[in-house]
Amino acid sequence: MSSAPLQLQNICKNYGALRVTDDVSLNIEAGELHAIIGPNGAGKTTLIHQISGHAQSDSGRIIFDGQDVSRLPMAERARMGLVRSFQITSILPRFSALENVAIAVQARSGSSFSFFGNASKEPALNDTAMTLLSRFGLAARAGVPAGQMSHGEKRQLEIAIALAAKPKLLLLDEPLAGTSHDESQRLINTLQELRKELPIVLIEHDMDAVFALADRVSVLVYGRIIASGSPQSIRDNAEVRAAYLGEEAA
Amino acid sequence: MNNLVDLDTPASPALATPLRTSRAYVLPLIVFAIFALVPLSVLWGSQSFILALVTRIMILALAAMSLDLLIGYGAMISFGHAAYVGLGAYSVAILSSHGITDGFIQLAVALGVSLIFALFTGAISLRTKGVYFIMITLAFGQMLFFLGTSLAAYGGDDGLTLASRSMFFASNFLKNDVAMYYVAFGVLLGAYLLLRAIVASRFGRVLRGIRENPVRMEAIGFAPYRYQLTAYVIAGMIAGVSGFLLANQTEFVSPAYTAWQRSGDLIFVLVLGGLGSLHGAIIGAAVFSLLADILSHYTENWALIFGPILILVVLYARGGITGLFGSKS
Repeated sequence: MSSAPLQLQNICKNYGALRVTDDVSLNIEAGELHAIIGPNGAGKTTLIHQISGHAQSDSGRIIFDGQDVSRLPMAERARMGLVRSFQITSILPRFSALENVAIAVQARSGSSFSFFGNASKEPALNDTAMTLLSRFGLAARAGVPAGQMSHGEKRQLEIAIALAAKPKLLLLDEPLAGTSHDESQRLINTLQELRKELPIVLIEHDMDAVFALADRVSVLVYGRIIASGSPQSIRDNAEVRAAYLGEEAA
Repeated sequence: MNNLVDLDTPASPALATPLRTSRAYVLPLIVFAIFALVPLSVLWGSQSFILALVTRIMILALAAMSLDLLIGYGAMISFGHAAYVGLGAYSVAILSSHGITDGFIQLAVALGVSLIFALFTGAISLRTKGVYFIMITLAFGQMLFFLGTSLAAYGGDDGLTLASRSMFFASNFLKNDVAMYYVAFGVLLGAYLLLRAIVASRFGRVLRGIRENPVRMEAIGFAPYRYQLTAYVIAGMIAGVSGFLLANQTEFVSPAYTAWQRSGDLIFVLVLGGLGSLHGAIIGAAVFSLLADILSHYTENWALIFGPILILVVLYARGGITGLFGSKS
């Protein structure tokens, strides 16, 4: 048996007659940044939904950290350390940036069935949250309602939230989507640091970022993985070029 | 600096966070100070009906405030919250009709019955969302209403008159209207402080987070259902206490207490006073009751005037009356 922290075994997902995920098997190894690329509508986000538990697979197994998590709801998988971000920014808009992160720290420290004591004044939660915000250059924005931050800041914040939830593996769904050049450069630097700390599954459209960051790349087309390997081997793969990179070359 | 506030225009600034600034304490402090002093006006010759009216305002405020935990902080729009007022009231009346007049026993039964009903109906209702949640809570409320009308042994449609108010420590001091008033006042203040603590606590923060974005909360490891169900039970039990007080104040119970119109009144009160501030429920209850009382002197169709007022509040004062005070955080 493989000791890979995340193993996808023949997972499938149908939406009606449409097969969105078609028998996907993949191991994410310890310490690797694994990028999943593919044309629009290839089923990348659905795959992340299945891994994170936001959507349940129709068949197949998902093994995380040695346990079968295939039937567990998203919240339970998150508590085990399988934490995701969202393609469309998902934050608590009327909570301050600090509270967005602090509540994720709270999720992994002590019970939340506590009815007394002001949570927003718990030093242990706020200190950890503040450290994370500083790391993402958001310390000065700690008090700003998250809904009023710039798009790039929100993307940074979302990764800070994910980290606060103590992940053992991160699933990042297009973290660079909609960011400016400067913002995406900053996020790429962040990811360069993060990859040293934990395995990451990255979905991304920005090919420069993918090839700069990934240890391995898998190509998803119509719900199937057509190729998987080092960035160089993916570049050289004729089938991939035809199915995907060809679009860009054309 | 202005861009820090009011970009997303939340319905009420107080929605975003629990009370933080000292200024935010001023409004609730004034409200409770007024309530504390009302009985003194009786000494200077005001009529006793004022005492009864304000007692009822506080009881209505208690029920509306518990609903604020659900709607204002948990985004659970329950349209059957009057059911718990009915459960609390009938607990008093039914026990009393069997000669059990001890207030502690009646209160314990009121709380217990509310807890069970909230746990059972909440567990089912919370599997639905949006308009389905509204309809299913309404259905459970109506279920209780028809149960009440069919209880022939306890007055059915006509309701049931209490032989006496609840006894505490073998004393019937509650017979005194001023004592009744201060008991209601004490319970309202206690519930306010309790709910204030809850919404600021770890639990309350999770509840507010779920209101903001349930999927985000799941993604960091919170299963919304448990937190929502717990809030649903807490709110139901507090509303049950308001029913206990209502039965004592009016010395009468009837199925009308649980009717869907009463649940609608509670939502009206909240929207009028301002959602998600807790004291908004109290101010809303006061304005609602006083307006109804005054308008009913002029016309039987006072409800006709209520409708347009609500529309104006929704259109022009989204934060309700508390929103007009602009308690900035």
